[in-house]
Amino acid sequence: MAAKTVLNYLPRESVVHRLTGTTKLAFFLLFTFAGMITYNTWLLLGLLAVSLAAFKLSRLHYKEVRFMFVFMLVFLLLNNLFIYLFDPNQGTALYGTRTVLCHLFWRYDITAEQLFYMFNITLKYFVTLPVAILFISATNPSEFAASLNGIGVSYKIGYSVAIALRYIPDIQRDFHAISQAQQARGVELGKNEPFFKRLKNTVHILLPLILTSLNRIDTISNAMELRGFGKNKTRTWYTRRPFAKSDYAVMALGAALLALSLGVTIRYGRFYNPFM
Amino acid sequence: MAQTKTPIISFQNFSFQYRAQKQPTLHDINLDIYPGERVLIAGPSGSGKSTLAGCINGLNPYANPGKATGALTVDGVDVMHSSIFALSAHVGTVLQDPDGQFIGLTVAEDIAFALENSCTPQDEMHAITRRAAELVGIEHHLDYAPHELSGGQKQRVSLAGVMVDKVRVLLFDEPLANLDPATGKQTMELIDAVQQKTDTTVLIIEHRLEDVLWRSVDRIILMGEGRILADLHPDELLSTDLLAKNGIREPLYLTALRYAGVEITPQKHPAHMDTLVLDDADTAAVRRWFTAESLPAAQPAPDPLLEVRDVSFGYDKSMHTLQNVSFAIGKGEMVSIVGRNGAGKSTLSKLICGFETQDSGQIFLNGQDLQGVNIRRRAKHIGYVMQNPNQMISQTMIYDEVAMGLQGLGLTEPEMRTRVEDTLKICGLYPFRNWPISALSFGQKKRVTIASVLVQQPELILLDEPTAGQDFKHYTEIMEFLRGLNRRGVTVVMITHDMHLMLEYTTRALVFCDGALIADRSPAAVLCDPALVERAALKETSLYTLANRCGIAPAEDYVERFIAADREVRNHGC
Repeated sequence: MAAKTVLNYLPRESVVHRLTGTTKLAFFLLFTFAGMITYNTWLLLGLLAVSLAAFKLSRLHYKEVRFMFVFMLVFLLLNNLFIYLFDPNQGTALYGTRTVLCHLFWRYDITAEQLFYMFNITLKYFVTLPVAILFISATNPSEFAASLNGIGVSYKIGYSVAIALRYIPDIQRDFHAISQAQQARGVELGKNEPFFKRLKNTVHILLPLILTSLNRIDTISNAMELRGFGKNKTRTWYTRRPFAKSDYAVMALGAALLALSLGVTIRYGRFYNPFM
Repeated sequence: MAQTKTPIISFQNFSFQYRAQKQPTLHDINLDIYPGERVLIAGPSGSGKSTLAGCINGLNPYANPGKATGALTVDGVDVMHSSIFALSAHVGTVLQDPDGQFIGLTVAEDIAFALENSCTPQDEMHAITRRAAELVGIEHHLDYAPHELSGGQKQRVSLAGVMVDKVRVLLFDEPLANLDPATGKQTMELIDAVQQKTDTTVLIIEHRLEDVLWRSVDRIILMGEGRILADLHPDELLSTDLLAKNGIREPLYLTALRYAGVEITPQKHPAHMDTLVLDDADTAAVRRWFTAESLPAAQPAPDPLLEVRDVSFGYDKSMHTLQNVSFAIGKGEMVSIVGRNGAGKSTLSKLICGFETQDSGQIFLNGQDLQGVNIRRRAKHIGYVMQNPNQMISQTMIYDEVAMGLQGLGLTEPEMRTRVEDTLKICGLYPFRNWPISALSFGQKKRVTIASVLVQQPELILLDEPTAGQDFKHYTEIMEFLRGLNRRGVTVVMITHDMHLMLEYTTRALVFCDGALIADRSPAAVLCDPALVERAALKETSLYTLANRCGIAPAEDYVERFIAADREVRNHGC
C-alpha cells in the first residue's frame, strides 16, 4: 500500500470522466494526430489551450500525475539535446535565416531559428501529454475494454488489456516489496548504491517478480474460467454506457481540430515562420 | 432424512491422475453428498482434498489436464463429459485467495462478471448484482476498488460473484487462509447464513478444523493420501483419534479434556464448545488436572535488543498508520505481533528494517539509534523474511540463494563457503545444498529463505506470517525449526494471524489496533481478555471458555499450563 502507483486510473466526478472510453480513445487519437502534423506555433498554442482546459475539466491534480510529467520532461530534454547535437542548423534549414545569438564551439552556434524550432517541438509534447495522461488516468480500464469491444475488437483482447491495467498497481506493489526484501538481504538496490550495481542487481527482483506474476495469472485465469469467461462469442458489459450528447460533441471537436490542423498545414505549410 | 433423496454430488469408484504426475492423486473415491448438506473436507496438504474440489468444479481435467476413471455426477452433469462452463452454472467456487480472484475493477463489476459472460442484458444484470450484493451484505460498497476492501469484504464479493448464477453447490477452497481470526469467524457465519437463505449444498475445504466448526456442519470427510479415511458426523469423528493420527489438529478444548482424562464420546456433542456436555465429574477432572500441573517458571527479563520509542508514521501526512508506539524486545525472546489487517503490523516491520523512515520517535538496536542506517546495513543485524518464499527466491540453486546475502561483504571464497555451509547445516538443508530450489516443498523453500537471511548472522529475525496456509505438520515443522534457532540465541519476532502459533510458540504478544500498541502481555493473558480480543479482531481460545465452564480462575493460568503440558506431549509423544 506504500508503493506510489504510476499510470493508474484516478476516479473523479468530472465531465471528462463521464465520457465513454471510446470517446476518449478516439479524441486522444484525433488530437495527437492533429498535434503531430503541424509545427505552427499559433496552432500549437491553441491546441495546448484545449489540452490544458481538458486537464482542468478532469479535476485531476498535477501532483497525482507528476511522475509521468517528470518522466516526459526528462525524455523531452534528451530529445532536444540530441536534436541539437546531431544537427544544430536544422532551424536555419527550415526557416531560411540564420540569427546567431552566441557561438559555443566547433560547428555549434546557438541560433534563434534553432531555439524556435526546438521550442515548437517542446510545445508539441506539452500539447499531447495532458490528453495522453487523461486517457490513461480518467478512463476506467474495464470501461475501456467495453469500448474497444464496442468498436469491433474481440472482447478477449479488450479484457486482456483491462486486466493488465488492473494489475499494474499490484505488480508495482510486488516489485516494491521484493526490492525491499532483497535489500534486506544485502543486495545493493538502495538509492545510495552505485547506479550500475543497482541496474545489475535488478535481476534479483525480476525473477521472483515474474514467478509471483505467473502465479497471479494462473489464479486469475482459473477464477475467470470458473465464472464462464470465454463461454460465448459475445458478452455484455456492466459498465458500458450509451453515447451521450457530450460524447458526440467531443468526437466532433476532435475531428474539427484535426481538420483545422490539416487545413492550416495544406494552406500555409507545416511551419509558422517569424523570421521572414 | 437426507438419505432418501438423490445425491447432488456422487463419486463412484472415482480416481484421478494429473497428466504431470506418475501416480493417481485420488484413488477409488466413493462419496455421495445430498442437497442442502454442509460438508467439511479436511486433510493435510497433499491429501487430495483440493484435487477432489477441482474435479467437482471442472478445473480438473479442463484447466489441469489429467485422466479420470469411474463416474462423477454433479447436479445431474456428467463431469468428465462436460465442460468448465457447463459446470459453472451448477457449482460456485470461492478460491483461497480473495485478492487473486478479484477480476473486476470494482465490487459491482466483479459480482457481475459471470452475468456479463452469459450475455445478460444490462438492466437485468444491475438488478441481479444488487440482489447478490444484498445477500452477502456488501451492497453499500458497490463502487469500491479491491484495494479499498478488507479481506473479509473481498470474501463477500467472491461469494456474491458466484451467487449470481443460482448455483446449487457452493465450494469453498480454504476460505479461512489469509484472514484474521475474527474475520474468519464472520466468514463462517456468512457461509452459514447464505446456505440457510438459499438452501445450497456447501462444501468447505479446510484444515483449520476448530475455526470451521464455529458454525455447525453435517459431515466431515477426512482425506489422506488420496483416499477417504472417514466420513462421519463431527461429533463422532471428534470422539476418535483419527484426526490427530492424520495430521489434523483437533479443537484445543478436546485435547485439554483428553489430558484431564475425560473420555470424549459422541453423546457429549464435542463438535462445538457451546454444545459440549460436561458433567460434574468431567469439570472436576479438569480442575484436578489444573491443580496437579505446575506452572512454568517465569523467566527473568532479558536485556533489551530492540527498542522502539514513541514512533509515529503515516504514508501520507494526514493519516497516521502508527501512532506513538513504544516497546522493547529482549535478547533471545520469541515475540508475536498480532492485530487485524491494516492495524500497522507490517508498517512497523518496515520501519524496523528501514524500508520506511518514521516521522517521529526513535528505534534502537543494542542501544544504538538506527536513524540514518540504511536497509543493507541494518540487514546485518535484523533479518526480514517475507510471507511468500517465492517473492524472495531469485536464484535457481540453494547454495547460490543462500550465498547471495554475503556478496559485497569482502569475504574470501572459502570463508563464504564455510558460512553458507554452516547456515545450511543449522537449517537442515545441507544435504540439499546442490539441489535446484524448484525441487523443494513450500516448507523447505521457507527454510531456504530463512537460511538466506540467517547467513548474515542477524541477532533478530522478523517473519511475516511464517506458517500461513500450512497444515499442522508443516506448521509444526517450521515452528520447531524457529524455536531451535531461538534456542541458539536468535531473537525471533513474528507477525501472525494464527492464535495457536502465538499461544504455543511465543512468550509475549504485542497487540496492535488502528496504529496503536494496545497490549503487551503474555499470549494466554491476551486471549483470556474478551474486550481486548474483540478490539483487536482476535479470536478467544476455546480453552478460556473451558476454564470458565470448569470454574477455574484465572483462566490464563489454565491456558498457560495447558500449553506447557501440550508442548511436553508433542515433544515426546509423537
